[in-house]
Amino acid sequence: MGETLYDKIWGTHVVLTAEDGTSLVYIDRQMIHEVTSPQAFEGLRLAGRRPWRPKANLAVADHNVPTKDRKLGISDPISRLQVETLEKNCAEFGISVFSMADSRQGIVHVVGPEQGFTLPGITLVCGDSHTSTHGALGALAFGIGTSEVEHVLATQCLWLKKSKNMLIRVNGRLGPGVTAKDLVLSVIGKIGTAGGTGYTVEFAGEAISALSIEGRMTVCNMAIEAGARAGLVAVDENTIRYLEGRPLAPKGKLWDQAVAAWLALRSDEDAQFDRVVEINAWEIEPQVTWGTSPEMVAPVTGVVPDPAREPDPVRRKGMERALEYMDLKPGTPIQEIYLDKVFIGSCTNSRIEDLRAAASVIKGRKIASNIKQALVVPGSGQVKAQAEAEGLDKIFRAAGFEWRDPGCSMCLAMNADRLDPGERCASTSNRNFEGRQGFGGRTHLVSPTMAAAAALAGHFVDVRSF
Amino acid sequence: MQAFKRLTSQVIPLDRANVDTDAIIPKQFLKSIRRTGFGPFLFDEWRYLDRGEPDMDCSHRPKNPDFVLNRPEYQGGQILLTRENFGCGSSREHAPWALYDYGIRVIIAPSFADIFYNNCFKNGLLPIVLEGKAVDRLFQEVGPGYALSVDLAAQTITKPDGTVLYFTIDPARKRRLLEGLDDIALTLEHADEIRAFEEQRRKEAPWLYVT
Repeated sequence: MGETLYDKIWGTHVVLTAEDGTSLVYIDRQMIHEVTSPQAFEGLRLAGRRPWRPKANLAVADHNVPTKDRKLGISDPISRLQVETLEKNCAEFGISVFSMADSRQGIVHVVGPEQGFTLPGITLVCGDSHTSTHGALGALAFGIGTSEVEHVLATQCLWLKKSKNMLIRVNGRLGPGVTAKDLVLSVIGKIGTAGGTGYTVEFAGEAISALSIEGRMTVCNMAIEAGARAGLVAVDENTIRYLEGRPLAPKGKLWDQAVAAWLALRSDEDAQFDRVVEINAWEIEPQVTWGTSPEMVAPVTGVVPDPAREPDPVRRKGMERALEYMDLKPGTPIQEIYLDKVFIGSCTNSRIEDLRAAASVIKGRKIASNIKQALVVPGSGQVKAQAEAEGLDKIFRAAGFEWRDPGCSMCLAMNADRLDPGERCASTSNRNFEGRQGFGGRTHLVSPTMAAAAALAGHFVDVRSF
Repeated sequence: MQAFKRLTSQVIPLDRANVDTDAIIPKQFLKSIRRTGFGPFLFDEWRYLDRGEPDMDCSHRPKNPDFVLNRPEYQGGQILLTRENFGCGSSREHAPWALYDYGIRVIIAPSFADIFYNNCFKNGLLPIVLEGKAVDRLFQEVGPGYALSVDLAAQTITKPDGTVLYFTIDPARKRRLLEGLDDIALTLEHADEIRAFEEQRRKEAPWLYVT
């Protein structure tokens, strides 16, 4: 019987399997950020341990960093302490860190692939659930808690039980104006936020092959919003082209050797999956979430659903709570939802392709008068520099957007970028949970082009006819 | 790590599905570099009427009287009863730290999000998966004075009327939790095997070892 891509990567990383079926799995690389690592380093210190292989780690501060006036440093003393603690810990334990002033600084999940730290066929972890992003390059990548960050630092391994295999096959092509973000939101709407729990999900099919690596990252990024710790896409020529010449990618003879190995990283024809979900790409419309869970999503042509029509009582109650929190009435057309703020950024949608797409909608136009603030936060210093070289920053600024420095920013509002209570935001991020973007804030998840169009119109519009 | 063996305690019913880690412990509290002190901020946005900030003295903050943790009859409860997909969202271990710091030791739900479930076992918290119908029944029965006895070694939950429910749990996780074992020390017993594996991997994928 053939193997899935997940089976293959798993198989090449098992150090040993205990009698109870748990395996000690070797972790090739770990990314570290300031929020989930201080207690891990403290644990090492208290136990008198050193990292197993310091060079297997790369650290960057992203969650807490300010996105403007960086020269002034971090004004919030608690955030500043956390970022300084990361740098001190990395110095003490011999780990590479991109500091806030480094042009390579950015969101971990943008930086890893961009630097070629993420490579096909590796196991990669980070104390962050959106580590699933890196699966777009054919790496087995997943989020872990702080105890496991410490465990990986100390042993370069994790105890794991193998997940089940799920295949999400996206047939045909996405229509014009429909993006990777719409694709993944529609998948989550279909299988639910717990649909992928216990699985590693491989995304395949014509629509996935047709996506750029950036687009695949958007899809894998949100695998966790469907409950799957890891998302995967098979390696193809796009993957190889994306990686060639990246600073940490192999060079010369090693590159050739690596490429030969990487091109075998795909599921066998006769591989068995525990669950297969088929999606038709051409049926997907631009998506907008209306509730407080990513599965609460509707096409832009649709309306806010009516909880009264939901037969399951627990789900009905969840919908009622969500509508109350979101201050929305059942039956309201999605396109009549007016907005206060727009956020283009996050590890889901802050790469150069995302910024190009948003800028193409915005070019020569102005944001609507009801929009109090519109932010563009590039995913990394490299993305920012590239966008500026292409003049995208001028397009955004001329339209009334603020052009910021890289970080997680308003995706989770740990820094100063946030919603005030009651404010409504079109956001290209990944979570619309209560309070996620600020206490009492209301988040609608959309693609970069949908966010851009909403900023111009002041309410949601169908970007396909905008 | 703290071990967990058995416990008899009042049950706190939190009748919501998809309780996410942002709800369990909002992001502003993640700025701490410690593992403790999160308990007062557990479910902060549901529990208090004002906006919480790190290092606040919570004793004077306005409480939401409708939220279950604020009801006098559930004070001191150590077993949380909740719905599907508890702990979804981020990987923040601050979520189990906050639950533990508040005093919760057992969480009963029909399902948990993977990363959260895994994180519980690293922190002396026992997440128990029960069938949806059993959870429905517990929700019908629970109220002031309703206590359950949880015995990890026997994998049982005993109701006030003496009815016993059995739950399943991975044997490795059970053993580690019962004994409160240090995972890293256990793994380092395999250091030679890890080194041998690494040598092999260095030969098979030498490009991973140049930087």
